[in-house]
Amino acid sequence: MPLIKNGSVIVDRYVHVLDDAPLPEGVPVIVPAARFLADVAEILQCETPVGVIWPNNRRVAELAPYLDRLALVALVFPSFKDGRAYSQARLLRERYDYHGELRATGQILRDQFLFLVRAGFDVLDVAKPGDIDAFASVLKRYTVFYQTAGEGHTAATRLRLAGKAPLSRVGEIA
Amino acid sequence: MTSPLEQKLKVKGPVVVTANRLRDGAVIYRTAAGGWTTQIRGAAIVTTTPAAQDLLKGAVADDVGAVGAYVAPVEVSDEHGVRPGNLRERIRVAGPTIALPEISAPALSAMRRA
Amino acid sequence: MYVYDDFDWAFLEQRVSEFRDQVRRRLSGELTEDEFKLLRLLNGVYLQLHAYMLRIGIPYGTLSSAQMRALAHVARHYDRGYGHFTTRQNIQFHWIKLEQLPDAMAYLGKARLHGIQTSGNSIRNVTTDQWAGVAPDEIEDPRVWAEVVRQHTTLHPEFSFLPRKFKIAITAAQHDRAAIKIHDIGLRLHRNGAGETGFEVLVGGGLGRTPFIAKSIRPFLSKRDILSYVEAILRVYNQFARRDNLYKSRIKILVHDLGAEAFAREVEAEWQYIKDGPLALDPAVIAEIAARFRYPDYARLDDDPPELASLRKADRRFDKWVTNAVANHKVPGYTIVTLSLKPEGGPPGDATSDQMDAIADLADRYSFGEIRVGHEQNLVLPHVAQRDLAGLWRALDAIGVATPNLGLVSDIIACPGLDYCSLANARSIPIAQELTRRFRDLNLAHDLGRLHINISGCINACGHHHVGHIGILGVEKNGEEFYQITLGGRADERAELGKLLGPAVPYAKVADVVEEVVAAYLELRERPNETFVETIKRLGVEPFKERVYATH
Repeated sequence: MPLIKNGSVIVDRYVHVLDDAPLPEGVPVIVPAARFLADVAEILQCETPVGVIWPNNRRVAELAPYLDRLALVALVFPSFKDGRAYSQARLLRERYDYHGELRATGQILRDQFLFLVRAGFDVLDVAKPGDIDAFASVLKRYTVFYQTAGEGHTAATRLRLAGKAPLSRVGEIA
Repeated sequence: MTSPLEQKLKVKGPVVVTANRLRDGAVIYRTAAGGWTTQIRGAAIVTTTPAAQDLLKGAVADDVGAVGAYVAPVEVSDEHGVRPGNLRERIRVAGPTIALPEISAPALSAMRRA
Repeated sequence: MYVYDDFDWAFLEQRVSEFRDQVRRRLSGELTEDEFKLLRLLNGVYLQLHAYMLRIGIPYGTLSSAQMRALAHVARHYDRGYGHFTTRQNIQFHWIKLEQLPDAMAYLGKARLHGIQTSGNSIRNVTTDQWAGVAPDEIEDPRVWAEVVRQHTTLHPEFSFLPRKFKIAITAAQHDRAAIKIHDIGLRLHRNGAGETGFEVLVGGGLGRTPFIAKSIRPFLSKRDILSYVEAILRVYNQFARRDNLYKSRIKILVHDLGAEAFAREVEAEWQYIKDGPLALDPAVIAEIAARFRYPDYARLDDDPPELASLRKADRRFDKWVTNAVANHKVPGYTIVTLSLKPEGGPPGDATSDQMDAIADLADRYSFGEIRVGHEQNLVLPHVAQRDLAGLWRALDAIGVATPNLGLVSDIIACPGLDYCSLANARSIPIAQELTRRFRDLNLAHDLGRLHINISGCINACGHHHVGHIGILGVEKNGEEFYQITLGGRADERAELGKLLGPAVPYAKVADVVEEVVAAYLELRERPNETFVETIKRLGVEPFKERVYATH
């Protein structure tokens, strides 16, 4: 599946090792949570970057002790209706101060890109090729947000208080 | 909600496949030719579960023509032809069972222009 | 009236443009219905029996006359000339075409109206007391807090794909006119022992298949902490509620399964991390939002102008209407006037475009241009001078919104039911209409006193039947419409669920049964001013059951 990072398509460098096979050497690897936790000491000795696929029904607090040594955390959207990973993403970024790659995988619609970015994902694993082209325009769709979140957008209220320049107004019915 | 394709279909009499037209939500019925009609008398009528499933499958695949297709009972008689087979389907054919508010003349002509 | 600023405008314009694009992609087939459904629900667009339905949010039930005219215009040009006001202070249009929706929404957007998050698994309209800002018994205007929460929960990046819908209500008065105890989060503004104003926080209320009254998880929360605390609740809900079963996905199930105390501990634990972060509200932020609520420039008027008293003596109909529909206002010389959208034989809560336009004009003339929508599906003119009551009444009477039946047996709350809604099992509107005919005698209605009948066409309970004094729930039995009747429910600060009267009753018999219940009440009440619901509380449903089912 194509990956988008900051509006561009990137190649997935990570080799996905989804079973108990020995980890290939010299390449970044990503493993599922169960494998990771079972072999954590060994896996973290890898000289190459290591990533984990974390399911959306497990607390990310369990991952906290290892975050400074993880290059990638992939969170999962089993359905575009299932929003649990948005909470996981924010907790990883804002509570546990995770700075590595945070990847959104599974079912995500282009209409969710902005939410994903605002929640702290920097790489999106996109199902529909057509959605890649839309990424840039989708992200520009909203210039105003009512909430602050991990990505650092200032909430509308704070901007108002700071007396920021007004945006153009739509023709109004008085 | 269960997808119409997953619903346990048990056809015990004449049925049609009905849905709403995508662009305006109008009530429509699947025809034998694989299209749609707003008239229940033009609907394909089937009487067995496999036939109904087949008709439904084609209807559901037409994602741009119709929304929310499902199997609905009808009554067939020589006297009256095809009629909706339960209250819900009667309401879908005839509209709400209550009187709608009187529409003023300007509103009516605006609707006609639409 | 909350005044939008450029940020709010920009947001709305961007939302309309996004939806226009989504409709285009759906009509061309780029988006499947499964994908589009999620998106259209975020804009309040449902598919119903005959057409699409558009639900427009009316934040905390407050409308300007310009907004009411915009609603009238949409009803006239994109619908069939009328709209339906709902039990969540919103309005619904039942005959919308998808292809016209972007235009209708653009038009509404210019009037600051939209359907954002009025449906789907999102945080819905934050509702409150329809008398907010003018009720004598309120501590402060809860709409300021409804706006604070509304902004924070609009297109929130973390909480836009919740397990299920999420409803928040706020009250700031002794008497809860916002039904907070049947909401996912209920907030009660009050003063604590130390004289500080803050919130009691309740969670897990809700009706539907498994109704619950909300549980209090925090007796006092200071204003500074309201957003961080709500965020903590939402985060616990988003992560831990069930998503495998549609009927077990509301927060009420999570609270019930964990127990209120364990749930509260999860929330408090999460809240500890975030309470001093960016969500802590500083007084400047609160003041900024509060300042954008404009209040009328009230005239200095005396209470009880003598003309009013003499007009009341001269005209009995006027007098009866004043007694029923006019309530005290916090400002001397002013009143709160409620408009009944429950005429005899009419569908409850509906208004035609012509009525909406007329009400907008009357709001301009008599109520500083402001209108409210109540969850009982009536409208309110919140700033009417006592000296203007007679003139206003004549005009209201002329357009059919002055039936003096508010709070009485014929002031029925009903969902649209099987005449419109694809979720329904049975019709509700004709039941309501028949009941208003059976109880057309206003003298009888007054004698019966406060009596709320709530009708739902299916277990989703949009008519709030569980908390009706008489609750009526439509079910289907062998292809026929039947109705379960409950007694003794309440939605206010003493909220409780009604108790089943007996076996379900067929469509044709519902009105008879209600008449028998009412007759039993008249017989059984201790004194004329023991209300229906008090009699039920005292005696239970047994004596009513005996009388009703004895004759059947």
